[in-house]
Amino acid sequence: MTATIETPRSPRTVQKSRVNFEKWGWIYMRASGVVLVVLIFGHLFVNLVAGVGVKAIDFGFVGGKLSQPFWQIWDTLLLWLALIHGSNGMRTIVNDYASNPVVRRILNVALLASAVLLILLGTLVIYTFDPCPAGSPAELLPSLCKNR
Amino acid sequence: MSEKSAGALAAPLPDKQFPTPKISAPRMPRGTLYRGREGMWSWVLHRITGVAIFFFLLVHILDTSLVRLSPEAYNAVIDQYKTPIMGLGEAGLVAAIGFHALNGLRIILIDFWSVGTKHQRLMFWIAVGVWAVLMAGFLPRQLMHIFGGA
Ligand code: HEM
Repeated sequence: MTATIETPRSPRTVQKSRVNFEKWGWIYMRASGVVLVVLIFGHLFVNLVAGVGVKAIDFGFVGGKLSQPFWQIWDTLLLWLALIHGSNGMRTIVNDYASNPVVRRILNVALLASAVLLILLGTLVIYTFDPCPAGSPAELLPSLCKNR
Repeated sequence: MSEKSAGALAAPLPDKQFPTPKISAPRMPRGTLYRGREGMWSWVLHRITGVAIFFFLLVHILDTSLVRLSPEAYNAVIDQYKTPIMGLGEAGLVAAIGFHALNGLRIILIDFWSVGTKHQRLMFWIAVGVWAVLMAGFLPRQLMHIFGGA
């Protein structure tokens, strides 16, 4: 096999990938950040401040919220945007501190795997869950349930 | 070059009227525009809060997923959160995400607003101020919920 060795001063000819992923990651952190401010502050206000706070959170409360399309979409956006933002932020931190390439690779693959898994799990839960499961004690169910 | 012009570069004789000022070495490192200042600490806090929220989010998705399993399973786990210690931890998390969100908006303004870098220090203190106001509104309510019994 013959390799062509360029003259030392020739310009870089490495084929660069057409999409600059780091640039889009950078833009994503900022775009998702702006939306997350609204989603998270709304989430915290409705769950912790309005009503009677954490004490009010139980299956009935969550079931009542997740049976409405408005909160289904809100929580889906929150799930996807926050988890991708957080995982990409963690990737930045891993790349900053993990100087050993093997360790870095393991950590980044773990981040990717947990993000994909949790996004799938969360999305499935939001769209397949039943606020009024049959055979459950009536006092645990949200008020909209007929079997209550 | 002649001897004469080289001599002009030598140290001048001590001047009684304008004595050379004495500059002593600083006792502590003076830092830079960034180090030890608002810029650095906002970065440190942004990073620590980001990591804390990330790990909380992992657990939070898992505990909420229990609604798919059964009302009993979900309530059993959520009841573990209704203790004073968890309530204080929750307040800490709200404080962390509040700072991360406000400082995140500051970062975005530094990047996209034409005079953002010029005002980054002021914007840090504005973020801290807004954060303090939000926490002043949230904390009493949270503490009432934790310790109020109601
Ligand atoms: C509330 C709205 C939020 C805003 C406005 C926001 C904004 C930002 C911004 C602008 C960055 C900087 C990215 C860069 O330097 O390129 C960042 C980094 C980061 N964010 Fe967020 N964020 C928010 C919510 C979250 C959430 C919910 C999480 C966790 C799941 C998170 C985790 C992180 C992490 C881990 C980093 C990386 C920190 C670093 O590189 O030092 N953020 N965020």
